[in-house]
Amino acid sequence: MTGLRYISDVVTLELVADRCDGCGTCLDVCPHAVLADGTGKVSIADKDACIECGACSKNCPNGALKVRPGVGCASAIIRGWITGSEPSCGCDGAC
Amino acid sequence: MDACCGGGPGPQPDDYDYGPADWTVGERRTPAGSVPVVSTNLTPADAWGRIRMRMGIRRSHYRVRPGLYAVGSPDEDSPVLVSANYKLSFDTLRSKLAGIDAWMLVLDTKGINVWCAAGKGTFGTRELVERVHSVRLYEVVNHRTLILPQLGAPGVVGPMVPKLCGFEVRFGPVRAADLPGYLQAGMRAGPEMRRITFSLGHRASLTPIELSVLADPKVLAVVAVLLAIAAVASIGSGPDAFVGRVAGLIGVPLAGLVAGAVVTPILLPWIPGRAFALKGALVGAITAAAMILGLDTAGSAAGIVATLATVTTIASFTAMNFTGATTFTSPSGVVWEMRRALPFQVGGAAIAVLACAASLLGA
Repeated sequence: MTGLRYISDVVTLELVADRCDGCGTCLDVCPHAVLADGTGKVSIADKDACIECGACSKNCPNGALKVRPGVGCASAIIRGWITGSEPSCGCDGAC
Repeated sequence: MDACCGGGPGPQPDDYDYGPADWTVGERRTPAGSVPVVSTNLTPADAWGRIRMRMGIRRSHYRVRPGLYAVGSPDEDSPVLVSANYKLSFDTLRSKLAGIDAWMLVLDTKGINVWCAAGKGTFGTRELVERVHSVRLYEVVNHRTLILPQLGAPGVVGPMVPKLCGFEVRFGPVRAADLPGYLQAGMRAGPEMRRITFSLGHRASLTPIELSVLADPKVLAVVAVLLAIAAVASIGSGPDAFVGRVAGLIGVPLAGLVAGAVVTPILLPWIPGRAFALKGALVGAITAAAMILGLDTAGSAAGIVATLATVTTIASFTAMNFTGATTFTSPSGVVWEMRRALPFQVGGAAIAVLACAASLLGA
C-alpha cells in the first residue's frame, strides 16, 4: 500500500505487555502489520497504521490489547453528533 | 432439502425473497441431511450483479440463503470455510474454489459484506455459533475447525467460539484467491496474504458509489430548485443567459463533486496532506482555478469567488466522506480531521452562497 498514510498520533491502540503470552493470534488478524513478533511477546511496530478495527483486541485470549473501534464514515459521525448517539453506518453495506 | 421450518443443514427459509438459486449444481448427502453443491463458475448474470452492486443499484437486494453449502465433493474431513450471505462475498469465495472439496458455512449478515458486517457485529460470534448449531455442523465433519476470512476478525471473539459450539476458529487469508495456497500450505498464510491494500483499481471502483449521491431524491430536489432559480434570474434575458446560469448553479457544484468524489480518490497517494478534507480542498481549488482561467465562465468578481468557494468546499467535504470507504483510515483520525475541517467547510459554503447570490443579482 505504497504511500498511503493517515493522521498520526491519534489512534487508541494500547498493548498491556504483562498480559501477552506471545501466542501471535493478533499477528494473524491484523490487516496492517501494526504488531510485530518480539521475544516471547508481541510489540506495537507501526501504531499509526492502525485502523482501530478491533480484530486484535477481540481475538487476544488474554485481554492484552485494547482499542476503541468505531465507524470511520464521516456522514455516520455527523449523524451521531447531531442525534447525540453513537455513529452508525446508515449504509446498506454493499460498499 | 429437509423440513421447511428449521432443521436440516441446508439453507433455511426466511422472509427475504432469495429467488432461484441457479448456481447450485447438485446435492450432497450428509449425516445431517442433504446440502446443496454450488458451482465454482460465475455466469454473466453473476457478473451483472457485481456491476449493479458497484453502481449502487438496489444494493440491499443481493443475498443468498444462509446455511451450509458444498463445493466439489467434500467429506467429513474437508475444511469448513465461513462467509457472509452478501452474494458478492459468496460468489467471490466459490469462484476461487475450483478443484477444491470444501464446505461453505454462510452466515446471515443480512446481505452485507464480511468487513462491514464484522464492524456492525452481524458477522459475529453469536451468528457464527448459532449457524454452526442450526446446520448441525458437528454431524457433517469430524474435525472441529472453522476457517474464517481474516476481515471477519473484528466481529468475532475467537477465544469464545470453542466454548459456545465446540469449533475452533482459524483465520484464513484476506483474499479468497489466496485460499487454495493457504489450504495447500496446511492452513498457513504468508505475510502478504494478511495485508490489505488500497490500490488504484480498488479506489477507482468505489467512485461510482460516491457519485450515486446524485440519484438521491433530496439532491434532485435541490437541483430542481437551482434550475428554478436560474430560470427566474434569467427572465427577460434569453436562453443563453439561462444556460450560463445553469452552468454556474449546477455545473460548478458538480465539478466540486467530481473533484472530491472521483479525482481525489483516484489520485489519493499523490495529493499532499494526510487529511482527506485537505486533499479534497487542494484538488477543488485547482479545479476551480482551471475553470475560472480556462473556461472563463465565472465572469464577475462575485462569480469568481462563488466558483472558488463552491468547488473547494464541495470537493473538501466529499473527499472527507470518502474516508469511510477506505481501508486505511482510523475512526479517531476521521474525527480529528472533521473537527478541524467542518468549520472551514461551513464557512466556505456560506461564502459560496453569498457570492452566488451577489452574482445572480448582478454584482
